Amino acid sequence: MKTTEEHWLYVISSNKKLIDFNFKEIWRYKDLLFLFVKRDIITLYKQTVLGPLWYLIQPLFTSLIFTLIFNNLADIPTGDGVPNFLFNLAGITSWNYFKECLVGTSDTFKKNENIFGKVYFPRVIMPMSVVVSNLLKYGIQLVVFVGFYIYYVSFTDKAFNVFPTFSIITLPVLIFLMALLGLGLGMIISSMTTKYRDLTFLIQFGVQLLMYGSAVMYPMSYFKGKLPNYYWLIEWNPIAIIIESFRTMALGIGDLDMYKLLYTSIVSLIIFLIGLVIFNKTEKSFIDTI
Amino acid sequence: MSSDIILKVENVGKQYRLGLVGTGTISHDLNRWWKKTLGKEDPYLKVGESNNRSEKGISDYVWAIKNINFEVKRGEVLGIIGKNGAGKSTLLKILSRVTGPSVGEIKTKGRIASLLEVGTGFHPEMTGRENIYLNGAILGMTKAEINSKIDEIIEFSGCLRYVDTPVKRYSSGMKVRLAFAVAAHLEPDILVVDEVLAVGDAEFQKKAIGKMQDISNSDGRTVLFVSHNMAAVKSLCTRCVVLENGKSVFEGETDAAVDFYLNNSGSNSSTYTGSIQFNKDEIGNQQVALVEVKSFDNNERVRSTFFNNEDISISIKVNVKESIKNSRFALIMETLNGEKVFVSASNEITKGDITKGLYTFSVVIPKNLLNNIEYNVFVSGAIPGKNYFFKPYKCFSVKIEDSKSKGYNFNEKWHGTVHPQLKWSLKT
Repeated sequence: MKTTEEHWLYVISSNKKLIDFNFKEIWRYKDLLFLFVKRDIITLYKQTVLGPLWYLIQPLFTSLIFTLIFNNLADIPTGDGVPNFLFNLAGITSWNYFKECLVGTSDTFKKNENIFGKVYFPRVIMPMSVVVSNLLKYGIQLVVFVGFYIYYVSFTDKAFNVFPTFSIITLPVLIFLMALLGLGLGMIISSMTTKYRDLTFLIQFGVQLLMYGSAVMYPMSYFKGKLPNYYWLIEWNPIAIIIESFRTMALGIGDLDMYKLLYTSIVSLIIFLIGLVIFNKTEKSFIDTI
Repeated sequence: MSSDIILKVENVGKQYRLGLVGTGTISHDLNRWWKKTLGKEDPYLKVGESNNRSEKGISDYVWAIKNINFEVKRGEVLGIIGKNGAGKSTLLKILSRVTGPSVGEIKTKGRIASLLEVGTGFHPEMTGRENIYLNGAILGMTKAEINSKIDEIIEFSGCLRYVDTPVKRYSSGMKVRLAFAVAAHLEPDILVVDEVLAVGDAEFQKKAIGKMQDISNSDGRTVLFVSHNMAAVKSLCTRCVVLENGKSVFEGETDAAVDFYLNNSGSNSSTYTGSIQFNKDEIGNQQVALVEVKSFDNNERVRSTFFNNEDISISIKVNVKESIKNSRFALIMETLNGEKVFVSASNEITKGDITKGLYTFSVVIPKNLLNNIEYNVFVSGAIPGKNYFFKPYKCFSVKIEDSKSKGYNFNEKWHGTVHPQLKWSLKT
């Protein structure tokens, strides 16, 4: 008999550990992550005439419609000296990033069934690549936002009350939180839909409903004044907090509450970790049930 | 030499549930989850039957593979062979970590890369070059590795002219060539390959097999190879595992394993009968029906095993039901791999009219012609250019043994489908 314990590189077994993360392995596949990002970016608008311009058209038109409906028609105030359009653009830009991360990762398993069924690589690379490629999209939309920002401040007198606050330097943290939250929720949903598809129906209109509950087209203070009984719904919604915080940072309106931001960070982190655990558990055998 | 073992498969099994996933499934899931929470064993792992596709089972659970054990040494090329549904692909999927086993463990000392399909993750809108990078990375290469090999890969694929064109413009053959070229330049410790060679044209297949041989011979890498192509298995593998209905039924030298597989994979396992009778009109048409086919020796004894220095006679008995003209009956010999050895036809004697009645053709395969292997015997009957009475029908197999092996203690193997005794001479 052998006396020394043999050294195995890894063991494939039926035992499922709760947290079984091989960060070294994920690191080794980092090139794959960037190649997926590259693939997503260069193939998205192939054979379109306007190409990447579509990145801009969508938020601009949505903001325009929002301004028309919610501000001009429904008379939701965005604050004195804050152009409605800029207010909406700020909300939509942030909301879009979260939404794209959530929707893009929520069908990870189903969409990549073919690849996952044939080759092994750390599955988590796939949703991560979605988050990273959306980051680029977000970056472009942010530039557009800044463009309109400068236009409103320098060339019109509508934006007399718009000042970016010093907290803008924490914007990367905010983006990171959105990514974390979207990725975490997306991973949970994609894991839960491998066997029972019911949740896929929920996500379609769920995202739409969530947008209304996330202070995208109204300031939180306005909601509080109008519907104080339901305010808790919005008050503790991490997305609403993130969006409100972004507006505070960029436009200087609304209240940026550091405790709420801390709360959001903790919630995001917990959701992300839960997502990671469930995802990790699912990736081993989902191909049998999908 | 336990240190040489690079991969160890211990007691691996995989269970599947049959039928549809629906509301009924959730009760099983809840039951399983409950038992697990209580710390008990999964109740559904106890049930389940072996995986025989053609029989109706009692249980909803089947074991696609069960109790698989084997070890692979470094540098070995292990073939995994078996019929459809024997569990080959399931085993490969577990080995390549696409899915996990229900029970058991696989331990490995090296990185495993799998080639269950070529061109996984190819994106039609991207160019050949971009796809090489993407596909390579999916298979586990780093960008630096691909950079250093990109020229070699393009060269191997033979698609240089198209390499900056989107893959959707490629012919299907070109896609496969490009994909295989990427895969062939992988450098894992263990490569798992599933039937990818069954694609591309003859030239490319040859290239692919050659590359596989290079990988195992010169680079000393370990390869697990699954295929139905026995010729490829024989030329590549050093050892084989034969799977049947999810169980490992044979493990050993390639030649022995291939023989075992082929002998046991026929529709009925006793094909070495030496004679076969047919029911009335079972094989044939309204003109001619096959009655009996026999193989016998010079003493008229029906046999299925012959020595290479014996004549083999084959008789074909037919029932001619209406008179026929210009007919042709043929004897076809094939190796067990399906390679045709020869066709011999009755043209000369069946040109004229043959009236109603029972006839028996006899044909003699001369001694010292066949090799010391096994052959399948087919017969066919037709009016050439018009119609078949019966298409080539596999009657039985015959086995040839070396007569010298009686006296000497070895049974020498010769390459080739025949081993004729030719006249040799020597001059100065």
